[in-house]
Amino acid sequence: MEIMIALLAGFLVAAGAYLMMSGKTLPYLFGLTMISNAANLIIFASGRLTFGKPPLIPEGAHSIEGASNALPQALILTAIVIGFGLLVFALALAYRSYYVLGTTKMDHMNASEPGTEVGS
Amino acid sequence: MAEAGPETVLVRKTVLSHGAGLWRFIPALVAAAATLWFAQFIGPVSHGDIPEYVASWVPQLGISFAFRLDGLALAFALLICGIGAMVFLYASAYFRSDRRLLSLQLSLMAFAVSMVGLTTADDAITLFIFWEGTTVTSFLLIGFDHEKEKSRRAAIQALIITGAGGLALFAGLLVMGSLVGSFRLSEMNLAGDVIRASPLYPVIFTLVILGCFTKSAQWPFHFWLPGAMAAPTPVSAYLHSATMVKAGVFLMARFTPALSGTDLWTWTLVPVGAFTMILASVWAMRQTDLKLMLAFTTVMGLSMMTMLLGIGGPYAVAAAMTFLLVHAFYKAGLFLSVGMIEKGSGSRDYTEISGLARAMPHTATVVMLAALSMAGMIPFFGFIGKELIYESTAHAHFAPQAVTAAAILANALMFACSGMVAIRPFFFRPRACPKDKPADPGWALWLGPTILAALGLLCGLFPSAVEHVLVAPMVQAVAGEGLPGHLALWHGPGLPLYLSLATFALGFVLYLLLDAIHTGLAAAEPKLPRTESWYDGFMRGLGKVARRTSVLVQNGNMTSYLRRTFLALAAVIWIALLAGTASWPGFRLSVEAIDWAIFTIITASIVVVLRTASRLTGITALGGIGSGIAIIFVIYGATDVAMTQLFVEILVVIFMAIAMVRLPRTGGVPFVPLNAVVAGILGVAVSVTLLMVLGTGLDLSLTEFFEENSAPVALGHNIVNVILVDFRGLDTMGETAVIAIAAIAAYAVLMAGRKRARGGE
Repeated sequence: MEIMIALLAGFLVAAGAYLMMSGKTLPYLFGLTMISNAANLIIFASGRLTFGKPPLIPEGAHSIEGASNALPQALILTAIVIGFGLLVFALALAYRSYYVLGTTKMDHMNASEPGTEVGS
Repeated sequence: MAEAGPETVLVRKTVLSHGAGLWRFIPALVAAAATLWFAQFIGPVSHGDIPEYVASWVPQLGISFAFRLDGLALAFALLICGIGAMVFLYASAYFRSDRRLLSLQLSLMAFAVSMVGLTTADDAITLFIFWEGTTVTSFLLIGFDHEKEKSRRAAIQALIITGAGGLALFAGLLVMGSLVGSFRLSEMNLAGDVIRASPLYPVIFTLVILGCFTKSAQWPFHFWLPGAMAAPTPVSAYLHSATMVKAGVFLMARFTPALSGTDLWTWTLVPVGAFTMILASVWAMRQTDLKLMLAFTTVMGLSMMTMLLGIGGPYAVAAAMTFLLVHAFYKAGLFLSVGMIEKGSGSRDYTEISGLARAMPHTATVVMLAALSMAGMIPFFGFIGKELIYESTAHAHFAPQAVTAAAILANALMFACSGMVAIRPFFFRPRACPKDKPADPGWALWLGPTILAALGLLCGLFPSAVEHVLVAPMVQAVAGEGLPGHLALWHGPGLPLYLSLATFALGFVLYLLLDAIHTGLAAAEPKLPRTESWYDGFMRGLGKVARRTSVLVQNGNMTSYLRRTFLALAAVIWIALLAGTASWPGFRLSVEAIDWAIFTIITASIVVVLRTASRLTGITALGGIGSGIAIIFVIYGATDVAMTQLFVEILVVIFMAIAMVRLPRTGGVPFVPLNAVVAGILGVAVSVTLLMVLGTGLDLSLTEFFEENSAPVALGHNIVNVILVDFRGLDTMGETAVIAIAAIAAYAVLMAGRKRARGGE
């Protein structure tokens, strides 16, 4: 499975980067989500894969051995939530930029103060 | 408010001019006190007892805050503080009613401190910092009249040229320091044989000499010095005659034990010095502005010293050091006197003033005394300097005839220039000058130049005193041996005397031909190549490159910024991969059916997101990707993560759908080959990296700690939960705060739009 996850992470990053470079706000957000997912996948796989053994200590026991690596899981859990926060904020920005600037093309959003655009 | 304005200004002016009487003399008093302080070391230093001060600075790198007051440093310190006292006094009168006096004096003081530090430093880094200090303060002082475009231009020109030279010097000092293994200048000078034998010697020499030549205005960098005459007269007298421009000469003298004596040294310093000397003294004849003329003769004086140091040996070093003192006295005196002429008569152009001797007798006397020293007349100090110059050029082991001829020509031109400044403004029939009643200025203005001009005469009359106090310790410090012979006014008939007489004759002829030479040079000037135009061309080219780079790099296109960012990221990863030592992993390649299923779901979803023109389809497929990843988490034992992933994925789809409704349709994503290539390179880099990471070992000590301690210490059985809420509880709280802030920010962004819409419409 390792090789599959490596391939998937590569696909996700490539597709995400490609969408982000498209210059449209909605595909950009799609790309951002994909790259977030790829990052989580990479962290998860870096902790090594263990099939079907969640890091849960049985009732009465003091510790376990041979379970999935708990550390990357804890990291990803927060990463997913933070990624979601970022996405929500980016969505709000995308909506607002369309509302104010009247465009979803990012290459047209090149003036720091709208109304004084410098063409390039 | 408006009515109160003028009165306030009036009150402030009165207060300022009243208060000015007290504080404006402070810098001069401080400098005079410093001169006396340094004077106490004259006795010990002349007996070879050299004071040192060392404070540790960056001991790890062998850098210390070290000072060493040998003969050379002491002479410079005395000159800087002594002339400084006179110049500060002069400036306080020159800018008496000027509100900028305080700022001028602060800059001058900062400069004086830098200059004393530079000349007394015994550590290369300490020296460099003070060296840069003089560059920066010089920039401020040249650009003192910053309202004038000409001043700003001259200031920037001087800053760029001396600043660039300073960088070269810094590199040279670092190379030399690493070669010798010490940044102490005294130790570098002891390791002269090692440095000269090293293959790095040409590099060190070139870099250090670039610093010296730019600072001391040698060809082809000489043009900034006449330009720097945009500075006020006291500044020019201080920086551009007696002190700062001598920093380059000082450094060549300082490094004489370490760097001199090679063919490279002689073949660079002597020709450049001789050429600059002739060039500058010829162009001095072209000027009618006396200050500008003095600037060119300063370049001539500096190149004379460069040439003499290039010749090397105790004779030439003695000549260079003596001439350095001669030049400092008469040149600072003349610069200040020209300021007196300008204050008194309203002009410093010799074609506009004449016959001032009757109206300004004191000024005329001072100028005459200084000019006689400059002309090298008996019994002035300048004569002794000139005799020593001929003594050493005649014995130069490098083309003595040519060098001597160049020195005679330059000295003769100098003689003519002395006539220009001493005779033209003061004699002949008086004519209407810009000021109705020309008169001598007040005591604060004449005191300094009078002392300096008198020194030129006194040093000539009592040469043995100067020899003991200044010249002999300087020669000892530079040449490493005592003064050959003694300074004397009269050596009896000999080659130097005949050469002096020849100089006077030639100089007299040149003075008579002054107007013809001036006219000829003025006519030829536009046709001649000027190194300043190289500088201008270089600066224009630099501007062009900068503009093109900005247009290329800063083009305002988000997509091209992203493209470059991803490309740079891919490059960094690939470099790490190719340069790294990681090898290909050797884990099992077996693929289960369920793996195939997940892989297919996610890959298919990715393709759909990329290809679809329908936004709803895209969002759904995005959900598919997230769900596929959630399944991976489930089967590999990350149940909590999978639950969160699924929950967030649902929210993402909902939010995206809400946004979709409010954003316009833009169709699918068109295929851009360049973007695809960039994305592909990055994607492959990520896959390869992950495979390599998985092939290497993993340190599981942290995981083991959590597995062993979750139940006994934190009393929890879900290790992931325990990590989040207990072991790393603070971290989780911070992340919760981030989410809250993101939510508030998103809300603010959305609401701001509504309010404006309501208010605006």
